[in-house]
Amino acid sequence: MSVLIFIEHSEGLIKKSAHEVLTYGAKLAAQLGTTAEGLVLGTVSENLTTLGKYGVTKINQINNESLNTIDSKLYAATIAEAVTLTGASVIIFSHTPTGKSIAARVSAKLKAGLVSGAAALPDTSNGFIVRKSVFSSKAFANISINTDIKVISVNPNSISAVIGNGEATLNQLTINVGSPSIKIIAVNKITGEIPLTEADIVVSGGRGLKGPENWGVLLDLAKALGAATACSRPVGDAHWRPHHEHVGQTGVQVAPNLYIALGISGAIQHLAGVNRSKIMVVINKDPEAPFFKSADYGIVGDLFEIVPQMTAEIKRIKGIA
Amino acid sequence: MKILVCINKTPDTTSKIAFKNNNTAFDDSGVQWIINPYDEWYSLVRAIELKEKDPSIIIHLVTVGSADCDPIIRKAFALGGDEGFRINIDSTDSSFIAAQIADLANKNQYDIVFTGKESIDYNSSAIGGIIAELIDAPYISLATLFELNGNTATITREIEGGEEVAEVSLPLVVSCQKGMAEQRIPNMRGIMAARTKPLNVIEPIAQENFTSIINFELPPAKAGVKLVAADNVAELIRLLHEEAKAF
Ligand SMILES: Cc1cc2nc3c(=O)[nH]c(=O)nc-3n(C[C@H](O)[C@H](O)[C@H](O)COP(=O)(O)OP(=O)(O)OC[C@H]3O[C@@H](n4cnc5c(N)ncnc54)[C@H](O)[C@@H]3O)c2cc1C
Repeated sequence: MSVLIFIEHSEGLIKKSAHEVLTYGAKLAAQLGTTAEGLVLGTVSENLTTLGKYGVTKINQINNESLNTIDSKLYAATIAEAVTLTGASVIIFSHTPTGKSIAARVSAKLKAGLVSGAAALPDTSNGFIVRKSVFSSKAFANISINTDIKVISVNPNSISAVIGNGEATLNQLTINVGSPSIKIIAVNKITGEIPLTEADIVVSGGRGLKGPENWGVLLDLAKALGAATACSRPVGDAHWRPHHEHVGQTGVQVAPNLYIALGISGAIQHLAGVNRSKIMVVINKDPEAPFFKSADYGIVGDLFEIVPQMTAEIKRIKGIA
Repeated sequence: MKILVCINKTPDTTSKIAFKNNNTAFDDSGVQWIINPYDEWYSLVRAIELKEKDPSIIIHLVTVGSADCDPIIRKAFALGGDEGFRINIDSTDSSFIAAQIADLANKNQYDIVFTGKESIDYNSSAIGGIIAELIDAPYISLATLFELNGNTATITREIEGGEEVAEVSLPLVVSCQKGMAEQRIPNMRGIMAARTKPLNVIEPIAQENFTSIINFELPPAKAGVKLVAADNVAELIRLLHEEAKAF
């Protein structure tokens, strides 16, 4: 009956999105009158018992060389066995690149109903109904999961991690882990940058910046805020900025606390990737730019004059020289 | 070599999203239907590029849905593809849809199954993973590059904060996104050829829907933008700091 939470980690550290799903799973377990347990595949350097502070009672770990390769086939088989061993009936993932590659496979293996990209805790008052965003964040659907075992992947930034003072026990699971069906031959991490989907603040630029040589003003603002940087599709297509920064319906979907759009018109396809942001700020010289209709704050004006002033003021408040 | 490309019909990206029947169904009045952009721009075009290099490759297209999906398959045919399959049933349950495609894949023994990274209507990113599990094949999600060397594919995929290059033996399932291929526009010859390509309608296999949509909701309307004068940038920053507590 318990809730099992798949815990993502990278370079030995538990990810921020994992803290969120731990909270999500613990709250769901409380709602269902059962316990929440975590599942860690592979090695981490953090002390796993401290994850009890998110409300889970036990962390299950499977430690095996083969699990260093995140192979959906191997992971799904291993996780399905862990589900059987722990007797879990709800399995929670983060809706991140890793979660997306595994959750669906696990659901197929367990013949479980899947809701991916959940936006809120399930309503369990009458059945099991999960809210998820659909139509590229332009609407929500309430979806009933009708199977005994249920799989949910939760959109990052849709629930805040809640910290209490519990401690979890650590349980090593003995499972026969097979070997990966894929071979990783290279890993290119973008170092020194904040991953876009995990960022609290995103500063994004559009065609209004006129060319790649003008990105300095944007990067300065992002640096002052500790923000990740993004761009509109034409900017990515023109190679002014790398592909992975393109946000929108056909790019990365983000949901930070603060999204600042500089020289972006706010086309519907752009908004589809950013409108889950809590606060949206728009700087655009055209008062008719559609983005102003969805924004929370804005200035109508020339970004090249306004942005350096924003940076200076933020530095002043933060006391950065 | 045989490639299966999964094609989904989705509302055009500019469609007004509205619901009917007490918010239980998508209101498609006046909606223009398109091929899901990820399916079209990336998976289908990459399959076509592979065939251009090796003309012996056979490309099949599949969609799960009722007869109003036929124009979408024809549109896809205008870009490329040799033969199409429409599995004649509507569903919004990923497990159900993927089971139908997996059945076709098991029968026809494809070397590669391509899907888009997600559909722009239900945004679940789930079909590829479920198909892969049901046909017991490796699955690479969020692929940005795909190269074929004989029986091995070299694939770049997105991971958090970067990318990873994997080597995988066929058969396999891949979900595709930006980077895989460049968007194309069908030419006249393609449009003419699309009319006569074989489109097989097949009946679904028995399978339960594991989930069902209860209803839809639109997000609450925004309060409206607070505009600050261009000569008062400090006020904007104060509002962000003190009112919105955004940094
Ligand atoms: C199927 C489909 C999918 C798409 N997917 C995406 C997607 O995922 N993401 C995406 O972003 N787009 C997407 N698009 C493209 C989208 O429709 C728009 O064309 C695009 O978002 C516009 O980018 P932009 O705002 O940077 O440029 P523009 O629309 O050209 O806007 C530039 C803005 O900058 C302002 N500006 C100019 N100079 C200044 C200045 N000095 N100071 C202040 N403001 C200034 C202008 O007033 C203007 O509003 C998609 C389109 C289609 C058809």
